[in-house]
Order: sequence, then C-alpha cells, then structure tokens
Amino acid sequence: MTASVFFGCTFIAFGPAIALFLFTIAREPLRVIFLIAGAFFWLVSLLLASLVWFISVQISNKDSAAQQKGLLVFGVVLSVLLQEAFRFAYYKLLKKANEGLLTLSQEETMPISIRQLAYVSGLGFGFMSGAFSVVNILADSVGPGTIGIHGDSQHYFLSSAFMTMAIILLHMFWGVVFFDGCEKQRWWAVAAVVASHLIVSCLTFQNPEYVGSLVPTYVILFLMGVWAFYAAGGSLRNLKLCLTCKDKDFLLANHRPR
Amino acid sequence: SEPPQHGPEQNGQPPAARPPRVVETEEDEEEELTLKYGAKHVIMLFVPVTLCMVVVVATIKSVSFYTQNDGQRLIYTPFPEDTDTVGQRALNSILNATIMITVIIVMTLVLVLLYKYRCYKVIQGWLFLSSLLLLFFFSYIYLNEVLKTYNLAMDYFTLAIIIWNFGVVGMMCIHWKGPLRLQQAYLIMISALMALVFIKYLPEWTAWLILAVISVYDLLAVLCPKGPLRILVETAQERNEPIFPALIYSSTMVWIVNMADTEWPPKRNSTEAAPPQQESQEVVTFPTDDGGFSSTWVNQQQHQLGPLQSTEQTRREIQELPSARPPAEDDDEERGVKLGLGDFIFYSMLVGKASATASGDWNTTLACFVAILIGLCLTLLLLAIFKKALPALPISIFFGLVFYFATDNLVQPFMDQLALHQFYI
Repeated sequence: MTASVFFGCTFIAFGPAIALFLFTIAREPLRVIFLIAGAFFWLVSLLLASLVWFISVQISNKDSAAQQKGLLVFGVVLSVLLQEAFRFAYYKLLKKANEGLLTLSQEETMPISIRQLAYVSGLGFGFMSGAFSVVNILADSVGPGTIGIHGDSQHYFLSSAFMTMAIILLHMFWGVVFFDGCEKQRWWAVAAVVASHLIVSCLTFQNPEYVGSLVPTYVILFLMGVWAFYAAGGSLRNLKLCLTCKDKDFLLANHRPR
Repeated sequence: SEPPQHGPEQNGQPPAARPPRVVETEEDEEEELTLKYGAKHVIMLFVPVTLCMVVVVATIKSVSFYTQNDGQRLIYTPFPEDTDTVGQRALNSILNATIMITVIIVMTLVLVLLYKYRCYKVIQGWLFLSSLLLLFFFSYIYLNEVLKTYNLAMDYFTLAIIIWNFGVVGMMCIHWKGPLRLQQAYLIMISALMALVFIKYLPEWTAWLILAVISVYDLLAVLCPKGPLRILVETAQERNEPIFPALIYSSTMVWIVNMADTEWPPKRNSTEAAPPQQESQEVVTFPTDDGGFSSTWVNQQQHQLGPLQSTEQTRREIQELPSARPPAEDDDEERGVKLGLGDFIFYSMLVGKASATASGDWNTTLACFVAILIGLCLTLLLLAIFKKALPALPISIFFGLVFYFATDNLVQPFMDQLALHQFYI
C-alpha cells in the first residue's frame, strides 16, 4: 500500500496521457485551451447524467438492491450516450468557432486544424474521465489499509489504474475517429464510436472478473488506435519515415535538422 | 513612433481600483493576431491561477490548521453558524455576508474618496502596512503551522532570519523593483495566504454567500455608471494619469516608451487587507527597466548582431525616428494581461473550500478548478471582444459555485456507486 502503490498506479493511469500532453500540447496555448474546454464539456455531460440518475434513484425503491443496480446500469448507459452527444456538440461548436474565426482573421489558414482539435478534445475528454474515475481511489491508496480484506479482489487499485489508462487513450482515439467521421459525413464511423464506447463500459459490468473486462478493452483500444491512426492520415509509409527520422515535413515543422 | 500600447486589462477584486485603461489599437492588426496572442494571454493567466489554487489545495490537504474550527471568527462575521436550527444558521450567514459586503463597499468608497481628493500618501501608506502584515505576520503563522504539521524543529533565530528575508524581499519586489518572476511568485503567495485566511475564518454558509454576493457586487461596481470602481477609472482618465495602484498581477513588462513627462508605472499591485483591517490597499510597483525585451530575444540579437545595449535613452531616440515598418509582432507578445489579486484570492478560496469541505473531495475540487478556468477563459474572450475593463469574478465564481454544489450533491453519489462496483463510464 501507500507510496509505492500510489505512485505506481498514478503513473500507470496517467503516464501516457501526461506524456502526450507535455510533448504535444503544453507548448501551444490554443491547444491547452481547447483541451480544458473539452474537459469542461465532458464534465457537463456527467452532470446531466448524474442529475437524471439521482432523480431516478430518489423516486425508486431504495431498499431493493437489484433495482439500484439496474438503475446504475441505466445511469452508465445514459452517461455514455450523453458523453457522445456532448462530443458531437463540441464538434459543432468548434466548427462554428473555426468558421467564425476564419472570416474574422485575414489569414487564409486556421491556426488550428480540425484534426488537431479532434485529438485535443478527445484527450480533454479522456483526462477528465480518467481523473474522475481514479483520483479518489488514488487518494485512498496513500493511506493505510488492506485491499480486499473482506474477500474482494486484491487487484482493485492496479486494475483501476490499467482501466483508466485504457479509457483515457480510448477517448483520444474516439475523438479522432468521431470528428473524422463527422467531417466526411460517415455516420457509420460515428455509430461505431458510440457502440465501442458502450461495449467498453458494459464490459466493466463484469468487474471484478478483470480478465473479462480488461483484455477485451485493450483489444478494442488497439483496434481503435489503428483506426484513429489511419483516420488521422497516417500510413505505413509515414510511420516508417517518422521512425527513421526522415520525415521532412515533420522535421521542418519542428525546426529540427535531419 | 508609436504610443504605448496596452493590452486589454481587467480585474475584479471588490475594493481595489482598476488598472490603466486600454489605449485604442488598430482594428486590423488586432484581429489578425487576436486568436494566437489571445490564447497566449489566456495561458499566461491560467498558469498563475492554477499555481495559486495548487498551493491553497496542497496546504488545505496537509496542514490541518486551516480546516480546524477553533471557534474564532473575524470581527466582520460575528454571528456563529453552529446554531440549533437550520433557519437560524441561514439567518446568521445572511447577516454575516451583509456585514462583510457592507464593509467592502464602505472601504471601496473610502478609497475612491481618498483618490478623488488626491490623498495618495494615505493610500500608499495603507497598502504598505497591509502588505507588511501579510508578508511577515501571516507567513510566520503559515510557516509555524507547516513546521508543526511535519513535526520539524526550528529555532527562533533561524525562523527570524527566514521570515525577515522573505518579508523584506517581498516588500521590495511588490512595492519597488524586482525580477518579474519573483514578483509574480510573491503575488501568488500572498494571494494564497489571504485565501487560506478566508477559508479558515469564514464559516461555511457565510463563505459561499460572500462569494456569490461579491461576484454580483463586482459586476455592479465595474459596469454600472455609478459604480465606485468605474468612477475611479474615469477619474484617473480625466486626470490623465495611470490609475492609482491596484493589486494587479501582470504577466509581462510593458515598453517604457517615449513618455518623458508622464509618469508611467506600468505595474501596480494592491493588497486586500488582513482580516482585522479588511481595507483595500494599493501599492506601486515598478518593473525592472529592460524595456520589454525578453532575455531570450536579447541573447538572440546579441548572437546575430553583436552585443547591444538598450537603455531608455537609446530607445527613445530610435522611436523618434520615422519608421515605415509595420508594428512589430513583439509588441503584442509584450503587452501582457493583468488580473486583480482579489480574483486570485476568491478563485483559490472557492477551490480551497471545495477541497476542504466537499464530500466528493477530489472530484469536486477538480470540477471547480475546471469550471473556474473556463470562466476565466470566457471572461478573457469577452475582454477581447469589448476591450474595456471587465469584472473577472462573476462568470468564474458562478460556474465554480454551480459545479461545486452540483458535483457534491449529484455527481458524487453517482461516482461513488460506480467506484464501488468498478463500473466505468
């Protein structure tokens, strides 16, 4: 317990996301702002979902455990749908803002492309989602205690951390694919994102059978990652150029010698 | 040569005066660079606000002194909140908030009157005293409590040397000259100290009420034609002098350009007074005279052109030369943006209170943090659109309060249940 578990789980859960933030977003003020705005949108969606769940709990039978669990499942599904709805709303807002700014400024190109916005907003959603899922758990892991002393799973903290990492990265991939689908009017892509989000959330109903929930989640993560890579314009050729540091456009853009 | 250009400024602390007014700029240049530099300014404010909140939350979480209820209260909030009935408690908190806001209004009016009748020395002395109190007395208490929490021993001699140095350097940075970063750091620290004092001594319902009422007051005081702060701004404009120092955090230095006769102290700070005095005080601060050239730019130029020296004299001469070049990009970057320290204090107070008393704990703290940042972003957006002094409190505090109560009462039970079953949304 305590420090090693806390630091370990924090780095597992937030490591990739913070690395992405530090290397790609932190230096660009515009991206940071859109990241935080994305986090705000996710927060508002959660608020609405919680409101509906809270009201439904108040009018239900509080003694029946089965009903409460059913309501919770309903809450989860509703929350997922609302999150995706707010992602769409954010997309619409960004499109409008971008068009407005384009007409306002004399420049011909937008200071930030819709693909970058997709990435940044997805990461914003992911950060907030991950933070809300895991921060209280991390805070508890610092203090004294024994996990699973009453017979629950001993891997609670670790599995939470891994799940959180998957969710954050998934949100980022979903953002990219979602915005790409909206841009190209491919509504089946959008539906696929919503469906995969629902699947991932519903898989967690199996917890604490972590094999059943974590492994498929990571498979979906990998698949979504590949899809997002291709949706963002990546290809095997690009990948090869990037890895061997021969990608001229990238190097020029970052002012680095070849 | 170009007149000194100021970026849009704003602040929102209740009893303090407002910063110098915006000078007209060309519409075209503005819009072209608006988005990029607007975003940069927003981040330049996000960072110190975040730092202040982090300091306050870290202190609240580790040092229990600031969340203990010793039964002590400020003289401005005499009614206790541990009453028998809910109605009595509500009444007491309303009375407390009324007294506090009255005190603040009175102080603001006194300040405006003092300014109108040119009693600058009084205001300066006032500010000097209050920052003295904050930098020495409150930081001594803070250090004391931190040492107690971590059970560290420190003899009085070391303590005296530390506090003395901290305080004197702080006074110099805030009231006179100092490196920009150090000055910003001190302003953040005194805002955090002040917020911690408020968190400790204001009872719960009173604190929330005061936050709400102060946002409304801020809105009225800055925007209404008869508002005291607006009167202050207009008086300063009539006299064609920079507004008497208000507590302001500023993100960059400003060009000291070609204004031989007009006094142009660009950075001013004022401090909210200590609880026993609760006066608004103002302090003049002069940044180091590097003419606005950032050190990286100077190094780069020296590398390319050979060593150069920029003094006020040389700059004046250069600027007097007729120049056909378009306004330099650097101008926008160096303009900087200002935020009143009162805003820092109340933002941090909201987040600190959220982390101290919320049952949702970190969730609520995070939600309030994001809400305040978004509010600040929206305020700065409005600032860019309207280009005049705007209150920074209303939008952020409104979002912060909404998200605090919503997250604490609605989201927290939901997330709790989800964490219990380890469901993920």
